[in-house]
Amino acid sequence: MSTRIVEIRAKVMRQNDLLAHALRERFETSGVSVVGLVSSPGSGKTAFLEKLLSGLARDFRVAALVGDLATENDAARLKRATPNVRQITTGTICHLDAQMIEKALEGWQLDTLDFLFIENVGNLVCPSSYDLGEELRFVMLSATEGEDKPLKYPTIFNSSDVAIITKMDLAEAAEFDVAAARRNIESVRPGMQIFEVSAKTGSGMQRVFQLLRDQLAHSRETRPALQIQTIQ
Amino acid sequence: MHELSIVLSIIDEIGDQSEALGLKDVETVHLKVGVFSGVDRDALLFAWELACEGTPLEHSRLDIETVPLVIRCAVCHQNRTPPSLYQLCCPECETPSDTIVTGRELEVVSLEVAA
Ligand SMILES: [Zn+2]
Repeated sequence: MSTRIVEIRAKVMRQNDLLAHALRERFETSGVSVVGLVSSPGSGKTAFLEKLLSGLARDFRVAALVGDLATENDAARLKRATPNVRQITTGTICHLDAQMIEKALEGWQLDTLDFLFIENVGNLVCPSSYDLGEELRFVMLSATEGEDKPLKYPTIFNSSDVAIITKMDLAEAAEFDVAAARRNIESVRPGMQIFEVSAKTGSGMQRVFQLLRDQLAHSRETRPALQIQTIQ
Repeated sequence: MHELSIVLSIIDEIGDQSEALGLKDVETVHLKVGVFSGVDRDALLFAWELACEGTPLEHSRLDIETVPLVIRCAVCHQNRTPPSLYQLCCPECETPSDTIVTGRELEVVSLEVAA
């Protein structure tokens, strides 16, 4: 039996990418700034997000989608900062995809929001393959995890826009070498913005708030004009 | 392990394509996977065996072509292979680069089918 070769050239993530593209357009027209958070488990992502939400909630309308394998503890904790928190329970799936985001947003009026945060499942490998339509992606590592994290997971660091070093209050006790961590981040993603924060003491958070405020102002300046529908 | 989800998308994609082209009996699926795609080759092969069981692709083989990481050096104006996956700089002049030319691919290239 003979065989023949048929060229097909198809992007494997096409379905996800199309959906992510549609989400990005929707976020843009709604004027909501969307930030994805990725990290390994235990990097202090929920504490950081809680600080972000409560800090921004004074001046802005904020919301969060929280991806988790099973429990709903994180969402309950974040609801102290804003009622607009939804949990995406992924079961055995180690990442969020664009379809989960679309589904979780059902019934939400995006144009009543300024910021939406999407906390991915704690995992530095799988989320790198899935675009969620976010405008910025923050990758987090904590001072207790070691400086070599970026070198072990170069893909996720490279595909993120901003690096956040968390738990800086523990840096000294953990003998964390900040300069080495910065060098390693710079090595896998030249030019990346890096912030050092402590959600516990609040140090460094002002700079992150400033980045987000600037981002919101910038995206609202450049966002496509709202479509005005006229009835003929 | 997200390779299983990825394999399921590949199977879907092939199903759509082979239906559109009127193909059956796919023998080999040729895939391009960049070293910077975040996908593990062995996990992909393992997931393939698992996911194809009981489908028309059950006896198919997955052939993976690995695409290296190549960056563009803004100083040399050349495409270069960086020293490692975690040192994104030019091997000649050591200038850091965030312009990735290849290495992120994840695509089905072709199918070998019974003629
Ligand atoms: Zn060079």
